[in-house]
Amino acid sequence: MKKEIIRLVDIKRRFTVGNEVVKALRGVSFSVDAGEFVTIMGTSGSGKSTLLNILGCLDTPTSGEYYLDGIRTDTMSKDKRAEIRNSKIGFIFQNYNLLPKTTSIENVELPLIYNPRIPAKQRREKAIEALKLVGLGDRLDHKSNQMSGGQQQRVAIARALVNDPVILLADEATGNLDTRTSLEILALFQDLYKAGRTILFVTHNPEMSEFSSRTISLRDGMVISDTRNANIKDARVELAALPKQDDVIVEK
Amino acid sequence: MNFANLFKIALRALNTNKFRGFLTMLGIIIGVASVITMLAIGQGSKQSIRSQISEMGSNMLMIHPGSMRMGGVRQDASSMQSLKIEDYKAIVNKSRYVAAVSPSVTSSGQAIYSSNNTPTTLYGVNPDYLEIRKYKVSEGDVFSEQDIKTFAKVCLIGKTVSDNLFPNGESPLGRYIRFNKTPFKIIGILESKGYNSMGMDQDDLLIAPYTTVQKRVLAINYLQGIYASAINEEMSPKAVEEIEEILRFNHKIKEGADDNFEVRSQEELTSMLTSTTDLMTLLLSCIAGISLLVGGIGIMNIMYVSVTERTREIGLRMSIGAKGKDILMQFLIEAILLSFVGGIIGIFLGVSVTFIVKFAAGWPVLIQPWSVLLSFAVCSLTGIFFGWYPAKKAASLDPIEAIRYE
Repeated sequence: MKKEIIRLVDIKRRFTVGNEVVKALRGVSFSVDAGEFVTIMGTSGSGKSTLLNILGCLDTPTSGEYYLDGIRTDTMSKDKRAEIRNSKIGFIFQNYNLLPKTTSIENVELPLIYNPRIPAKQRREKAIEALKLVGLGDRLDHKSNQMSGGQQQRVAIARALVNDPVILLADEATGNLDTRTSLEILALFQDLYKAGRTILFVTHNPEMSEFSSRTISLRDGMVISDTRNANIKDARVELAALPKQDDVIVEK
Repeated sequence: MNFANLFKIALRALNTNKFRGFLTMLGIIIGVASVITMLAIGQGSKQSIRSQISEMGSNMLMIHPGSMRMGGVRQDASSMQSLKIEDYKAIVNKSRYVAAVSPSVTSSGQAIYSSNNTPTTLYGVNPDYLEIRKYKVSEGDVFSEQDIKTFAKVCLIGKTVSDNLFPNGESPLGRYIRFNKTPFKIIGILESKGYNSMGMDQDDLLIAPYTTVQKRVLAINYLQGIYASAINEEMSPKAVEEIEEILRFNHKIKEGADDNFEVRSQEELTSMLTSTTDLMTLLLSCIAGISLLVGGIGIMNIMYVSVTERTREIGLRMSIGAKGKDILMQFLIEAILLSFVGGIIGIFLGVSVTFIVKFAAGWPVLIQPWSVLLSFAVCSLTGIFFGWYPAKKAASLDPIEAIRYE
């Protein structure tokens, strides 16, 4: 039996806006095993952002239970959740969120700074290792503003991987990228998936789900479908099928 | 999250905005520099006044009959004579905080030597007086106890008097001069002391045994005053108390009744004179303090801008595991660093400006270590105080909103 990484039990989240109570999540339950590549799909307003915040331990549910790597997190203190975010979760954002005017290595080192278990000497080593893994071994000292969107997102993925988290949480990770670069990033995610990483990919784009092993669809704060994808599309094949682009340089 | 990391982050943040950081620091730099310079000028003038006063005889105490100073009120003639030789002897015998005591009687008049004459003052005292007033004998000797007992007609001569009476440069030693018809043999010449801070010529005097002046010049048997010196300046107030006690006992003054004498110490004179410079120091420090405050507000302002500007960075740091206190410390250290570096530059600037003032304008200055420490402590506190609020704001940001902040 596979190890259970995420278990959500009847998660509800209500917000009070003025006098109105908004029910963003109305009882979401599912589990994710280690090594799954899950796409969480939903239109805006479906509650997927709220779910992502809760999964990422940035927010706590109004009711329900959330177990991450076997640890119940919804009752944790703020500081404890910060530690969980640091050691168990790797965030990847739509707009990369790299520190400006900072080199790739320094950006990737960032989570290690907040991890007291990693001695300062090892940080650089680990950062370089993670950057090589995402194919940026030759751009270690490039500053974030000197890189293309795709490269910046790779740095962000390296940053998410550097603390060896149990789960990668990607929030519209390809939303700011063109088709080709999106596919490249997806290929990277697929490589990580093949290497045994657990990935949660949140998107509104239904095409993305074809590249993952499982799709959970949300609507109005509820899970409306949860399907396994037997026929996973290979991003690299798609990439090869793309017509050759001459304006790549311009784009970059 | 250790301190070295926080320090590195703060340095990097400042490094990316060097000019803005410098402008922010400028407030602190000017504040600290002005605190140091202003205090140095204030302390310098205070010290120069102090040293001028101590030239008059440090820790000197002056005892006068009280009623003498009640100007405007009709006086009982006998009250002027309230100080007696017994008072002097009582002080000599009983006091523990007094190092030297001398009775004092003075007479103004004309000193005459052959065809020259000059107006001067004759001081009737004992040899202790020289110690109390810091007079030194350059040639000859001081009169002795024997001279006092025998009402000897001997005197010491001040530089001004000697210049006026012996304009040809001949030595006054051993010569006889007349003071109000009384002949005096000059047995010693006083070293020149120059003018005092009040503009009085301290060399325009003759010093003779007090008994001689009492009997042969003034024909009185009371004292016009008593001079004394406390063991040291710190003991001055105790010595004053002690002398007052002795004199009240001697004069049989009842509990609660007014003294018929007055004891004044240099401390009083010093404080009187330094109160002006103290006020100046206070005013200058106020101005300097205000500029530090303005500098601090500058830091607060820029820290707020910095927090707003870096909201997304804060959100990111939080989402990858930074705790509230990590963020708080990060911004606090940045603010402290700003004021700290500003403070150090300010100290250098302040010390330089102080020396420029000293050499260019010739003002007396005195940089006291405590003023440097004070301004440094104040600017560090300024950093913490004014950095705290923006840092707190940063730490309390909601990571969910911060990370999506545009």
